[in-house]
Amino acid sequence: MAIHKGRGFACINYPIGMNLGGDPAQALVHSTPDGKFMVALSAIDLGQGMKSVTRQIASETLGVPVEDVYVDTADSDTGPHDMGSFASRGTHRVGNAVIRASAEARKQMLEAAAEELEVNASDLDTDGKGNIHVKGAPSRSITVADTAMAAQFKQGRTLAGRGIFLIPPSDADAETGEMTPVTCFAHAALVIDLEVDDETGDVEVKEINSAYEVGRALNPKLVEQQLIGGAWMGVSHALYETTEPQYPKRDHGPQDFNTYLMPGPGQIVPHNIAVLERPAEDAPFGGKGPGEMCANPVLPAVANAIYNAVGIRCDRLPITPEKILRGLRANGGARPQQVR
Amino acid sequence: MSSTEFRKDLFADERDDTLKEIGKPTIRQDILGHVTGRTKYFDDHLFDGLLHMRAVRSPHHHARIRRIDTEAAARMPGVRRVVTAKDVPVNLNTLLSLINFGRDDEPLCAHDKVRFLGETVAWIIADTEREARDAVAQVRVDYEPLPHVLDVEEALKPDAPVVNEVYPNNTFDYHGKYDHQKLRFGDVNAAFARADHVIEAEYQMSPIEQAPIETCGAIAAPEQNGRFVCHTNTQALFFSLGTTAKLLDTPSSRLHFIGGTAGGGFGGKVDSIVEPTAVLGAMLTGRPVKFAWDRYEEMQVGAPRGGERWRIKDGVMRDGTIIAREFTGFFDSGAYMRLSPYAIIKGTGHLPGPYSIPNVASNVYCVVANRTPATAMRGFGITAVDFSIECHMDRVAEAVGMNPIELRILNAYRDGDMKAHRRKAKNTALIECCQVAAGKAGWSISADAMAQSSLRGGGLGERGAIPETATDEEGRIGERRAGRTRDTAPSRQPTGRVPAGHAGQAVTAAPVQNPDMEIEIERIGHRIAAQQGAAPAPRAPQPPAGQPTPPRAAPPAAAPQSSYAPPPSPQATAPTYQQPPAPTPPPAPTPPTPPAASEPYKPEQPFSRGVNRPGTSRFLSGTRRR
Repeated sequence: MAIHKGRGFACINYPIGMNLGGDPAQALVHSTPDGKFMVALSAIDLGQGMKSVTRQIASETLGVPVEDVYVDTADSDTGPHDMGSFASRGTHRVGNAVIRASAEARKQMLEAAAEELEVNASDLDTDGKGNIHVKGAPSRSITVADTAMAAQFKQGRTLAGRGIFLIPPSDADAETGEMTPVTCFAHAALVIDLEVDDETGDVEVKEINSAYEVGRALNPKLVEQQLIGGAWMGVSHALYETTEPQYPKRDHGPQDFNTYLMPGPGQIVPHNIAVLERPAEDAPFGGKGPGEMCANPVLPAVANAIYNAVGIRCDRLPITPEKILRGLRANGGARPQQVR
Repeated sequence: MSSTEFRKDLFADERDDTLKEIGKPTIRQDILGHVTGRTKYFDDHLFDGLLHMRAVRSPHHHARIRRIDTEAAARMPGVRRVVTAKDVPVNLNTLLSLINFGRDDEPLCAHDKVRFLGETVAWIIADTEREARDAVAQVRVDYEPLPHVLDVEEALKPDAPVVNEVYPNNTFDYHGKYDHQKLRFGDVNAAFARADHVIEAEYQMSPIEQAPIETCGAIAAPEQNGRFVCHTNTQALFFSLGTTAKLLDTPSSRLHFIGGTAGGGFGGKVDSIVEPTAVLGAMLTGRPVKFAWDRYEEMQVGAPRGGERWRIKDGVMRDGTIIAREFTGFFDSGAYMRLSPYAIIKGTGHLPGPYSIPNVASNVYCVVANRTPATAMRGFGITAVDFSIECHMDRVAEAVGMNPIELRILNAYRDGDMKAHRRKAKNTALIECCQVAAGKAGWSISADAMAQSSLRGGGLGERGAIPETATDEEGRIGERRAGRTRDTAPSRQPTGRVPAGHAGQAVTAAPVQNPDMEIEIERIGHRIAAQQGAAPAPRAPQPPAGQPTPPRAAPPAAAPQSSYAPPPSPQATAPTYQQPPAPTPPPAPTPPTPPAASEPYKPEQPFSRGVNRPGTSRFLSGTRRR
């Protein structure tokens, strides 16, 4: 009886945005009287950070401090239409809509400031700290707050913008499957190191080393949270989870977290991540949205590492100790992969 | 323990890293509310006189409903209303009817028969949840159990019971023609015949629960003017609103949906079942009604990630080059379609994974069986096939005696490669991910593999071309049930040919409706393929932030950088990020001088949201209303 070390690899790509399009998202942006900006959406924050990433996108596009932007979502009386938070479409679709709405609001803002400064709007730029200045002449400036005040109370102008982003719907061909599935893909590659106990069939994942390509990390902390959480989910999918242990028979289905198995906090695997950023041309600031794809490479990498360790191909998920012990019995014991 | 590094050195010439806010680790707008327990979730909205709704659920996989006796239940203490299928104005829907996909196939409440264990057959609305549960136990349903089928491949057999009469062949009908979605690219059979190895295996994904901490739920209440408010944790506000409007046959203007914050979703909160149910309850009682799943319902009645079965067959040359890959896939959709047929198209567009393979074929079936309907979950349509592909890659590596990472790099797709769905790959980065992950893990790969790049070698010759393609018309709707078709894999006897190079137009984003809505090109922070050469003309409405040029116009394998058309640069080989010339906007019209105003309004302090009312409990995070 022994502990066998194994190492497995997998790499993937992931389509960003609802397949075949037809999924619009809208955004509305407007300024309060003193130059703070409200972003009205119908997007949902599931914990992935939808409110935060759209807030940062609005801040960048408007050219104002992020503290001066607030995202309000989702009230169907005030938020414009959005299909929802799924299919890796939040950052891509809603983010693009927020860019458009913010761009239009910025245009109004610069025109209002131009009138106050008596210059051409195209000569103006923002410093991202709440000021609008003449390009090349930072001393000729006006604050965003004063601009908003003047726009509303002197000029009778709104600092507001509308945005919509839509990939028009298309279809797949019946005969060849030809289609335009999505406009960009995220990528990942991952190495799992684990140990298999050939007495108990227990698998312990020891370490993950990974590289995720996400277009652009719009917020590096949100990316990191997704990747660490996603890897945990991948390990859980590979080794623990199912609603139907005897699939397709429906007997013995778990009914709560006592019987639906998942790894606990003590089983979070040390994970060394490298984030790569190759901006996608139609994504907001190039960002692709890392949330949905990040569990995917973990499942096959775990299966491949188990084969490497004990020579059992586990092609049916989840890879439970029972399946490993049955595999060991069928193989006459552990047969670590020889060369590769 | 864990570590994160940002490899800014890679693809640096395609990126401007001097943006002001993007790329900053700004703290979440909502996180303090989350960690201090002040964030309001749907269930934190308090209503006086709130009623509780619970479902009566089927104990059978498949049964005819002969009669429902609700008299005893209606007499139970606290019961306000018993609701059955006849109370649902339009009791048939499919989620994606909102985008004109699929046929209505699912009732909100079963009436003629139940098709899966746990299906709703009635609801009880009572003063308390306890009373609702007790009354549910008193509903008597007279069932006639019917033969059922649970396995996807059993369900395809001619003698399998018909699960859902809307889809009498137990499969989704694709394009009004086939019982599966086809993918055909090149000729896999010819390639298998000349391959050194043919490697086959079958993989099975298990059904998985999305497992959010907060189960699906909604509270609906009458508002004024005949409107209803619905507080919900849906993942898709307008999906839920539109579905509710349709099922309850009410104008969407009568519905006011409020959500936006969910205690986890992972795909399990798209199905829009709790919202129409709660609003129906509020409409029938004129009172606030809460309908939320308990943990058992979340795990066994709420839709899981569906089981998927994939068979993969690869044709491989001795040096590890994969020359053909064939898939046969079965999606376990459960008793109703929901989102599964759509996910199959997504999955089909994903094949054969991130590899450049000249011959690919696939048949994928969306199968109806007497099972809990499946729905979206993180990675929907992709997770299971990626598991299958990457386990299969390991088998291939072993068969040809190769380092598994080198095998991936050898076959990886690159910029300009033609994908099996007949569009060129762009913006690829698989090779770099493989190299970096190998380096981090200390898994050595050959110098040649380390020297490869996604930017080079793609689209050359066969890699960038659409091959002549073998087609067939097997698997027409109904043939399998009639016993005329048995095989589920792509045909071994192709009957048609599609000429090489056959492809339609790529679909790109709709242009902006107003040029003001377009961000200036120099502020987007990355290189785009738009108008190089000629100076950007006045910014007429045109594709946003640089849509790729139509694929027809793509240069045929001339530039290694393929789909990228960098701005003109002195270095011909390695384009670097450059600030494109600033567009010249039309001269701004001089606005009329506004009338001189007296001192405009100016708050002394910045606005802050919310007020602290003295005397209000700090622990009451709800809106109390009647």
